[in-house]
Formats: sequence, structure tokens, C-alpha cells
Amino acid sequence: MIRVLSIPPLATVQDLGRDGHWFEGLGRAGAMDQASHRIANMLLGNAATAATLEIPLTPARFVFETRQAFAISGAACGARLDGRPLPRIFAGLARAGDVLELGPVGAGVRVYLAVPGGFDVPEVLGSRSTQLRESFGGFDGRVLTPGDMLKPINFINPVLPPSGISLDLPDFRLPAGGMILLRALPSTEHDSFDAASRRAFWSKPFRVTRQNDRQGHRLDGTPLTRSSAGELRSHGIVPGIVQVPGGGQPIIQLADSATMGGYAKIAAIIEPDLWRIGQARPGDKVFFQEVGLEEAARASDDHEAAFSQAEQALADAFEDQVCWA
Amino acid sequence: MAETSVSMIGSRAVLFQADCPFDLAHQQRFWAMADAATKWRGVCEAVPGMTNLTILLDSVPDDLDTLTGELNALWGSGERKTVQGQLLEIDIRYGGNGGPHLSEVADMTGFSVEEVVRLHCAPDYTVYAVGSHAGYCYLGGLDPRLETPRRKVPLTRLPGGSLSVAGLQTGVSASAGPSGWNTIGCADIRFFDPFRQPASLLKPGDRIRFRPVGGAA
Repeated sequence: MIRVLSIPPLATVQDLGRDGHWFEGLGRAGAMDQASHRIANMLLGNAATAATLEIPLTPARFVFETRQAFAISGAACGARLDGRPLPRIFAGLARAGDVLELGPVGAGVRVYLAVPGGFDVPEVLGSRSTQLRESFGGFDGRVLTPGDMLKPINFINPVLPPSGISLDLPDFRLPAGGMILLRALPSTEHDSFDAASRRAFWSKPFRVTRQNDRQGHRLDGTPLTRSSAGELRSHGIVPGIVQVPGGGQPIIQLADSATMGGYAKIAAIIEPDLWRIGQARPGDKVFFQEVGLEEAARASDDHEAAFSQAEQALADAFEDQVCWA
Repeated sequence: MAETSVSMIGSRAVLFQADCPFDLAHQQRFWAMADAATKWRGVCEAVPGMTNLTILLDSVPDDLDTLTGELNALWGSGERKTVQGQLLEIDIRYGGNGGPHLSEVADMTGFSVEEVVRLHCAPDYTVYAVGSHAGYCYLGGLDPRLETPRRKVPLTRLPGGSLSVAGLQTGVSASAGPSGWNTIGCADIRFFDPFRQPASLLKPGDRIRFRPVGGAA
């Protein structure tokens, strides 16, 4: 059992999202950085679908009411348990009364907190994700506030080494220059942008503006213009789509994206790269790299393979540590 | 035959469009396509947009050739799905705080505010598609004289129940959120309830009639 002592304004319970209700206009929701969400779950032996707490722009403080296994992953946030510093990615056992402090964030914006079996909130329409716009799912359909009590689904804690376990995860930014690489497929109206705009889109960096949330990020860079204009009829969009409204500055739709839109679509970010943009903060620079379907398929396979490897590495390390302890 | 296009809007999401008139007869073809494509192997959902169709796949396709061929064949069949939908009457307060762009729409279309209201509530609208946000209905039937451009800078938060127009489209928002449309009125209605079965109040083929009620226009 975990009690929230302090929390930033937009912390929500999330899982992999709510699929299958797209025909009713219900967006996917789910963790913005699904890679970190999955890693936090993996550290505790949870299924990837277990619900975690997504905490944007820490600081946050929690107190463990009972002895409780937990895991953190995602943004670097100078986490401390009972005053003791923790690695960025960590799973361990908290004693009753221990305080977990997160933040302020260093790199990235979202921290994921997991407990055994996931957080115990009701499953609605096949998911435990918070649907912020429609105000249901997650924790009473709302953001967390101080005083909220969070329960794990499993009250039996997994066996963990006394000092806890950690894991390495590639940075969401490129080592050189700190930019965020987003591979993308050209989308419906790509070819209707003028040549200079297309060139700029695929070669120049775009800056993440202050207008960014779970719904999407507005970017700022070379204005993009279409050689053929005209209003489009409303059509499907999904997380990762890069739209360009009349103003010429792109918008990336993310986890809480609408299911339909009407702005011109220049590109679609491939799914394995979405976790990186989910950790972007205002001022971060992104750049787009054009890929085709073959490369997109390969990237998805590689992404899944990386999780399998991490799972294996974790199993090995776990065995070693358990033996060593 | 009208020109068609198939494009990627995500790693596993495909958009089919046809260059066709924006009317009920053509929209019914997209409803029929959605019913057929939903049953295809590898398709999670097939959802009609406004004279277009979005297909959500379970994996990244190797190429678009096969899917393009199948979608073109489906479109080429010309099959239409007719729906005997329900008619829902909705009370609308036009203008005022809930319809801040009504006078702008009047200016853009060259009508008086009163004429815009009269033209807007005259027809029965058909739900062409459900989407954008949960329970939201895209409607066909707007008087083409009320056509307006989308706003260049979208509003970041528009309250639920807002009645808006853009292009040849109109609709009432089902919950609060961002919008690039011109808002001309508001209503008190619940289009989506996750604990209701089905959760969405209306589906493609249902109809809506707007009734203007009190308040300053």
C-alpha cells in the first residue's frame, strides 16, 4: 500500500492503452513512454499490461504504508528511498514507513512507478489506463492527488536481492548533441508539401514547445507549406502522426490523440520510436528520419527483441545476485 | 472510376481515400467497406471517416500493394450499406458564451446571425462517422452556404456540448478538448458513457435534429 504525499499535477495510472474502441471514437490512452512502463513491470516480473503510475515532471513523494516491492523507470529523477539514492531504473523492497522521493527530473519528463501485479484499479473497457478527456479508467478517471492510496494487485512481493536490482536502458536522446531521433513513414499529404518544406522536414531539427502534454507536442521550426492547399475531410489519425496545420508548425499526436483529425499529415512516426518523444520536454530538439515499411517492420522486430534480451539479462542477473546474496 | 489513394498514417494504420462527392450515397460505400474489411485477417478495426476509411492492422505490413488492391476492389464493387438509424433531437443554445464564433461565421458566410441559425437547424443531419473523441459524431447534411475554413490556430480547450462547424462539417463535442472548428452554440447531452452498452450513444447512420432554444443568438 502506497500513500501519495505530494505529486505533480498530471500523474495518472496507465497501462499499454485501450484498444478496440476506436470505432466509438475512443483513443488509445496508455503510457506515453511504453518502453519505460514495460521495463518497470519487467523488473517485478509483471505482465507488460500491468498498470503503472506515470509521473510527469516530478518532484513527487510517497510513503509505503506496508513492506512493499516497487520498481521505477523512465526519466532520471534523483530518486531516493529513505534518503538513499537509487539508480534511474531500479526495483527493490521498501520497508513500512519508508519515503520514496522522486525529482526533480534531470533528463526526460516521465517516471514510471510499478508494484507487483500492477496497481489495483478497475478494468474498464479492457484497460486500466486513465482516459483523461473522458474522465474514466485509472484512479477514478482522474489525476492523482496527495492523500490517494494506491494498492498493488499482488500482496505477495517477488523475491528481490537485498540491495535491489537495476538495468541499463538506452538513452532516449542521441549521445551526440542530445537530439531525439524519430524515424517516420511519409504520410498522406507528404508529397503535397513543397520541395523546400519536405527537405526542411527531413533534415532540420524541430524544437518541442511548451504546448506539450499527453495529447501531443507542438513543434517549432522551419514553417512547412503545401503547394496544394484546401480543407481535408476528417479522417483517422493515430499516436505518432505528424500533422501540419495552416500555421506551418508541426504537431505530433501522442497517447491521448484524437482518433480523427483534419490537418495535413506529413509523416507518421514509427511505433518503436514513440517512447522517445514521450520523454521530450520543452526546448528538446527532435529530428525526423525517413524510413520505408520494410525498415519500420524491422524496427518493430528489433524493439521487441531488445525487450526479450533485457528480460533474459534480468533473469541472468537475478540468478547471479540471488546466488551471490 | 474516382481516383483512390492508400497511405500510411502509423506503423500499423492505413488510410484509404477516394476522390468522390461528399454525400450520403458515397458515405454508405465506406460503411460497407468498413464492415467487409473488419473481417479481413490481420485487421484489428476498420473505421469509416468522412468519405475515407482507416484500417488498424495487427502488424506492420510488408508493402501496401496487396492491401491497395483489395481496398480498390472493395471500393470498385460500389456496394452501399443503408442504415435505418434512430433520430435524436438535441436542444441547442446558439451564440452567446457557448457559441463564441457565431458572428464570425455570419461574417464569413455573408448571412445575418439569425439566418445562420435558421440554415443550421433546418436539415436532419446524418451521422457519417464516429470519432475524434469518444462518442463524437461527424455529421453530413450541412447547408453548403455555411461552409467556413478551420481556424488557423486551434483552441486548446473547448467545453463538451459545443456545436461547431468547419468546411462542410458540423457536430457537437462530446467532452472538453482542443478544437480547430468554429463554435456557434452549445447543448447539454451525453454522447459517450463507458459503463453503457454500447458506450457510444450514436453510430453511423443515426440522425440528429437541432432545435434552437432560448438565450441570446
